This record gives sequence, C-alpha cells and structure tokens, in this order.
Amino acid sequence: MGSGRLYVAVAAGGFRRYATYRAATAAGVFTNTVFGIILVYTYLALWDERPHLGGYDQTQAVTYAWLGQALYSTLAIQGGGAEKDLMARIRTGEIAVDLYRPADLQLWWLASDLGRSIFQLLGRGVIPFTFGALFFSMALPQSVTTWVAFLVAVALAMIVSFGIRYLAALMMFWLMDDRGIAQTLMIAGIFCSGMTLPLNAFPDPFGDIVRTLPWAAQLQMPADVLMGEVSPWHAYAFQAAWALVLLALGRLLQSAATRRVVVQGG
Amino acid sequence: MAESTVAEGLRAYRLIAGMWIRSLLTYRTSFVFTVVGNLLITGMDFVAILLMFSQVDSLGGWTLPEVALLYGLSATAFGLADLLLGSMDVLGGRIRDGSFDILLVRPAPVLAQVGADHFALRRLGRITQGVLVLGYALVAVEVDWTAAKVLLVPVMVVCGAVIFGSVFVAGAAFQFVAQDAAEVQNAFTYGGGTLLQYPPTVFGTDLVRGVTFVLPLAFVNWVPAAYVLGRPYPLGLPDWAAFASPVVAFGFCVLAGLAWRAGLRAYRSTGS
Repeated sequence: MGSGRLYVAVAAGGFRRYATYRAATAAGVFTNTVFGIILVYTYLALWDERPHLGGYDQTQAVTYAWLGQALYSTLAIQGGGAEKDLMARIRTGEIAVDLYRPADLQLWWLASDLGRSIFQLLGRGVIPFTFGALFFSMALPQSVTTWVAFLVAVALAMIVSFGIRYLAALMMFWLMDDRGIAQTLMIAGIFCSGMTLPLNAFPDPFGDIVRTLPWAAQLQMPADVLMGEVSPWHAYAFQAAWALVLLALGRLLQSAATRRVVVQGG
Repeated sequence: MAESTVAEGLRAYRLIAGMWIRSLLTYRTSFVFTVVGNLLITGMDFVAILLMFSQVDSLGGWTLPEVALLYGLSATAFGLADLLLGSMDVLGGRIRDGSFDILLVRPAPVLAQVGADHFALRRLGRITQGVLVLGYALVAVEVDWTAAKVLLVPVMVVCGAVIFGSVFVAGAAFQFVAQDAAEVQNAFTYGGGTLLQYPPTVFGTDLVRGVTFVLPLAFVNWVPAAYVLGRPYPLGLPDWAAFASPVVAFGFCVLAGLAWRAGLRAYRSTGS
C-alpha cells in the first residue's frame, strides 16, 4: 500500500486549508464559547428542576454542553465539511476529474475530511472546552487512560460523521438540490446528535430510538466515555459498527452513482 | 437633506430586494421548499424547549406558556431583523474580493445596498414559526390583559426588530475592521436570539447585566414581558423600564448608525 502516503498528504492538505483562515477560526472559537455559556445556563436550570436527569449530575450536564460546542465544527454536526465541496463538484461536473485520479474516491474525501476534523478539534475545540473547565464545574477524568480512550472515541466519531455526510453528498447525483440535502443534514445532525439535549435525557420511547441511530456515535458516545458512563469497548463497538455500515453503503451508492456519470457521458 | 437620504435609501433597498425576490420566485417549488426548510430549522429551537419541558414543569420558575411568550417575541423580532438585514455577513466577502467598491460608486446609500444584498425571502420561515409560537403563548398564558399590556406586544416585536437590526448593522461595521471574522456577529445576533428564548432567571447576574446595560437585548422581551406576565423585573429595574424599549431601540439604532459611518469612512479599498 504505497498509496497510504497519498492519503496522508490529502489529509494534511485538508488540515492546512482550514488552518489558513486564522481570523475565521478565532471568530468561530468566540461564537462557540458564547453559545456554550448560554447552553450551560439552560442545562443548569434544567438539572436544578430534575437532578439526575438522564443519569447525569449537574457537573456532567455542564461537561456535555461544553463538549458539544468543542466538537460542533470538528464533527460538522450541522454540515459544512468535505461534503459541501463534494456536492459542489457533483453539481458542476468536476467530479469527473476526481474519478480519473488513481485514488479511491471515498478514501480521498475521507482523508480530506479527517484533516479538516483534526484541525477543527485543535483550532476550534480546545479553547471553548478549556474556557468551560475554568469557569464552570465539570466532571473531568483524572486518569490519562480515560482521556486516551476518549480521543479514540472522538476519532471514531469523525469517521461516522463523514460516513453520514458522504452518503448525503452522493444523493446529489439523483436530487441535484444541494440546499435540501444540506437542510436535512442540519436538522438531523443537530437533533439526533444531542446538540440540543443529551440523548439520554430524551423522553422515551423517542430516546430509545434516537440512541440507536448513527448520530448517537457522534457526541453522546465520546461524552459518555470521557465521563465513565459507558465502557469504552461498548462505545467503540457501537461506533465502529455504524462506521462500517455507513462506509459500505457509501461504496454501494458511489458505484451506482459513478455508473450514472459514465452513462451521462461525463 | 436627511429626509431625502432616508427616502433614497428605502427606494434603493426596495429595488434591490425586489430583484432578489424576482430571481427567487423563478423557481417556485424550490422557493417553497426553502421556506419550509427554514421554518423547520428555526423551529427546532422551540422543539428543544418542548423537549426540556417534557421532563420538567418549569424552567427557572417560568412555565411553558410563559417561556413560549419569550420565545415567540424573540423569534419574531429577530426574524424581522434577519429578513431585512440578515445578509450583512456577506459584506466581509465583498470587501475581500473588491466588489464592495461597486456599491460605493452607485448613486444610492451604501447601507441600503448592503442591507438588501442577497435579500432572502426564505427567512419568512423564521417569522412564521415565531408568530405561531407567539399566538399559542398569548392564548395559553394566564394574564389579566389591560390596554397597556395589549399594546406592549406589538411594541416589543417592532422595537425588538430595531434592536436586533442595530446589532446586525454594528456587526457589519465591525467587518470593516475584520473581514474574516464575520462569524463573531453570529454570537451576538443568533446568540442573542437564543438567549432571549429563555427566562432571565436562568442566567447568571453578570450575563443579565451585560445584555441589559451594555448590549440592551433585555429590552427586546425580558423586561416588557416581565411586566405583561406580572413577574419581577430582572435586576430589580424600576417600574417604567418595561416601557423603555422604544427609547432604547432608538438610541441603539443611532449608535449603530454612527458605528457604520465610522467603519465606512475608515474603509480602504483592496486596490485591485
């Protein structure tokens, strides 16, 4: 696999591209921090009324809120990662160029999106989370192994997130309406990832359903691994299963889509 | 003189916005879908509140109809400002690529041109869901309606729209200083809109002080709605504060206008 180096280079390109816009990154950090403050106060009021809602205490609810802000752009929860560029290329027909490359289409975009994710985690995630830890009481683990386990869960969450968005982007071949796809992604992402409320605090039976969907692998799983609410291996199994299913579906859809391109003659 | 500038500005705004509306209506189905999509996306904020109330009976001591009143007022006022001035975040991009200079040489006030730029009728979606929630709240809250309380509702919506509009204009002025940092204004516009959807009792005193005396968002709904609902005012403000929204909105509007003019005067073209 000499092509391994190629994908590392693509990922590095994705990282560098987003690292270029320093002012935009700073603005994003500021906005995430402000929203974090608003959300934390609403959670504190909610957990005041219902202590132990969803099995969390107040410090855990606060930790969850700040983690959501920190991972918001990393996991492109409202969209806006590599799938945005991919949809634009499908619309303009530039996708034909991508198909000529001696590289796998899905891996190419996955690498590019992971590069972006890693930059966003460092550039946009660390500061709001640190701010939250300084000014609010959080439930943070003491052991290094828990932090490492958490980072593995975040890495798996990145792959699941890409899997969802790659499928959505490929729908462009049939629908040719990027706005509708983007809106659907945004609604499903914000809601089913638990950006508004932790998934374990959702009322049943709705909560039972939403906790089995792939979006549950994005924020809920890393949060629960960090706070020791779930065994890491259980979380990894759930995340990896969804990652494999989504990537496999992506490949199926991709081969159907590329056949269409050939039929259209480019 | 000032009169004619305002009239000119409104005319320019109408012409440019009309152009954008015509281009949108060319694809009717797509337009309907985007309005519905916008309604769903902006309505999610209320679904989040409903989710919270599925677990509790009150939040910060406020009941669901009372919170819905705050939400409806905030979403409607913000929706109006967003419809009229919400595309101002494209200003930074225009400054970057040099196309802002085109606006300077046209015989129309620049603020009107920037405000009407990319006029998006889909934002009727936010206003629609805001009005729906407001309608539900007005029916569901237990209030002994007096003439003053009835009058305060439209006053809140209009003054709230002016206050939010001033935030948009101030944010646009900031983009003359930092073109890439357009997202900073989201913290104040969207962030402010979200903040006001929840009762003031939820937030820390310092935060409430900040959005009362520094960035006067509290006068969009918190203070007047406290009067309507017969709840204690945030920060123990005096009784007349509930009726101060028009004065606050006017003052803030003037300040935002001055900031805009200062930004425009400081503008140096990219030279390309």
